[in-house]
Amino acid sequence: MGKSLFDKVWDLHTVCRLPSGDTQLFVGLHLIHEVTSPQAFGMLRDLGLPVLMPERTFATIDHIVPTDNHRRPFRDTLAEGMVEALEKACREHGITFFDRASGRQGIVHIIGPELGLTQPGLTIACGDSHTSTHGAFGAIALGIGTTQVRDVLATQSIKLSRLKVRRIEVSGRLGPGVYAKDVILHVIRHLGVSAGTGYAYEYGGSTIEAFDMEERMTLCNMSVEGGARVGYVNPDEKTFAYLKGRPYAPSGASWESALGFWRSIASDADARYDDVVRFDAAEIAPTVTWGINPGQAISVKERLPVPEEARASADRSLMEEAFGYMKLAPGQSIEGTPIGVAFIGSCTNGRLSDFREVAKYLRGKRVADGVRALAVPGSMEVARAAISEGLDQVFREAGFEWREPGCSMCIAINPDQLRGGEVCASSSNRNFKGRQGSPTGRTLLMSPVMVAAAAVKGAVADARDVFAIGVG
Amino acid sequence: MTLRKIERVTGIAVHVPGEDVDTDRIIPGRFLKCVTFDALGEQLFYDARFAPDGSKKGHPLDDPRWARANVLIADRNFGCGSSREHAPQAIAKRGFQALIAESFAEIFFGNATTLGLPCVSLDRPLLDQLALCVERRPDTVVTVDLIERVVSTDDGFRSPLTIAEGARQALLAGRWDPIGELLEGRDQARALAATLPYARFPARWSLY
Repeated sequence: MGKSLFDKVWDLHTVCRLPSGDTQLFVGLHLIHEVTSPQAFGMLRDLGLPVLMPERTFATIDHIVPTDNHRRPFRDTLAEGMVEALEKACREHGITFFDRASGRQGIVHIIGPELGLTQPGLTIACGDSHTSTHGAFGAIALGIGTTQVRDVLATQSIKLSRLKVRRIEVSGRLGPGVYAKDVILHVIRHLGVSAGTGYAYEYGGSTIEAFDMEERMTLCNMSVEGGARVGYVNPDEKTFAYLKGRPYAPSGASWESALGFWRSIASDADARYDDVVRFDAAEIAPTVTWGINPGQAISVKERLPVPEEARASADRSLMEEAFGYMKLAPGQSIEGTPIGVAFIGSCTNGRLSDFREVAKYLRGKRVADGVRALAVPGSMEVARAAISEGLDQVFREAGFEWREPGCSMCIAINPDQLRGGEVCASSSNRNFKGRQGSPTGRTLLMSPVMVAAAAVKGAVADARDVFAIGVG
Repeated sequence: MTLRKIERVTGIAVHVPGEDVDTDRIIPGRFLKCVTFDALGEQLFYDARFAPDGSKKGHPLDDPRWARANVLIADRNFGCGSSREHAPQAIAKRGFQALIAESFAEIFFGNATTLGLPCVSLDRPLLDQLALCVERRPDTVVTVDLIERVVSTDDGFRSPLTIAEGARQALLAGRWDPIGELLEGRDQARALAATLPYARFPARWSLY
């Protein structure tokens, strides 16, 4: 019986077995940002410990940076204080900091791959649950708490219990106007938001193999919304082509030996899995969330569910809670639900291919009156590339605000926030109550092209109809 | 480094109902702007407790009958979403010493354990029965016993509990903060780093 990539990477990075039975796991790459990491340096100071391998930690700022104006000091003194705390810690400990001046600032899960830091066969940790994004490269990447950030800084390792592996196979061709975002929303809808607890998700099958690296990142990004701390795709020629020539990717003679290692780390053809689940790409439609967790999703042409038809009483009460919060009615159509805000960006869908795809359809269209529309590139690099292709102009001319890079309205702890009970069509990853900055704000998750369609119509709409996708 | 051994937690329990309660709900994002965790106790479940105008919504946490609660009863998949340690920190700072639910999200469970906050699971029918007990009689004394693996009350309720064995062992042995044992493995970690296949690829990244 062969081994999965997860098993190979886990075994390779096992420092030792701890008395509790858990594993001390070596962390190959550690990424930090201003919101969950500065506190860890304080903990380190209290214990009088140095940073063991500062060359394996890289920092940036993303969560609280304003996107209308990056000028320092930030108007928000709390935000400024957190950034200063991180800057100071990085200076003291000799940690590379991708700040604005470096020209490489951006959302931590976007800059890791861009810089070529994210590579197959690595263990990657970061104080952010969407670290699963890096699994797109065949890395075992996971979100950790602040105390674990301290552990990584002090020992370059964390204590973990071994995960089981569920292979999620998606086969066939996606229809026009159906994207990686729809695939992951569909998977979470059918498996649930807690099915992944205790599992790493390995994504495979012809649909996933056909995805480019940015689509794979979107897919792996939301593994955690399905309860799985880790999600990954086996590395292949697309992975290697993406990495070649990146600033931190191996080069010259070491490129060849890196390829050898990367190929060896992929799951064996006869790998053993704890579970296998299969999906048919042809059954996946543009998908929209209607409730208060990412599993409460339907295809855009479906009607909202009816609580009485729920299997378990817990599901029924959750549905009722969601209808109450979202002010939607059972059985109604999601299409036509008015929106006030449209957001394209985040570590899920804030990459160049996302803006390119939307721009294809946005030319000559206008954001509906009364809709506030934000386009927020995920990094300075994404912004540069988009601007050089004139994409920013397409968005501006359509009525979007084109912003500076950051997490923006995904976590909404900068000034980009919903007001009151506004409804937001969002390309981000979480539709939790209050997630987008207003305690009564409402979020509908969907693909960037579906967000653009909603922006143009002023209401949830099927992008295939609005933009005549797949016609002719 | 040996810490307090956590074998048993006894006290008043409060039920905060809800399936899939995420960490944004436990501690809203705007409270993450802090360089220490000290003030988080007051902000626990903030938007579920207070209306935008600051008035109380009548949340169980603000009910004087459960003012002394040190055990939190939740429902299914508690703590899903963000990895923010602010969530279990807020729960601990508020004075809670143990959590009981049908299930917990993985990152939350790990973060809570690391703070010495045991998260134990009960089968749903028994969990619902326990929640009903404490709602009907708020001064019910609840005991979470990690040695016997039982949750019980002073009026005869008794249920087996489950918890990941690694976490249980760490709590019982006073090794829930892993820094001590990880430091013991520091030299081994350094040695392992030198043998990793990717340690041999020289590049701009100094470890290559």
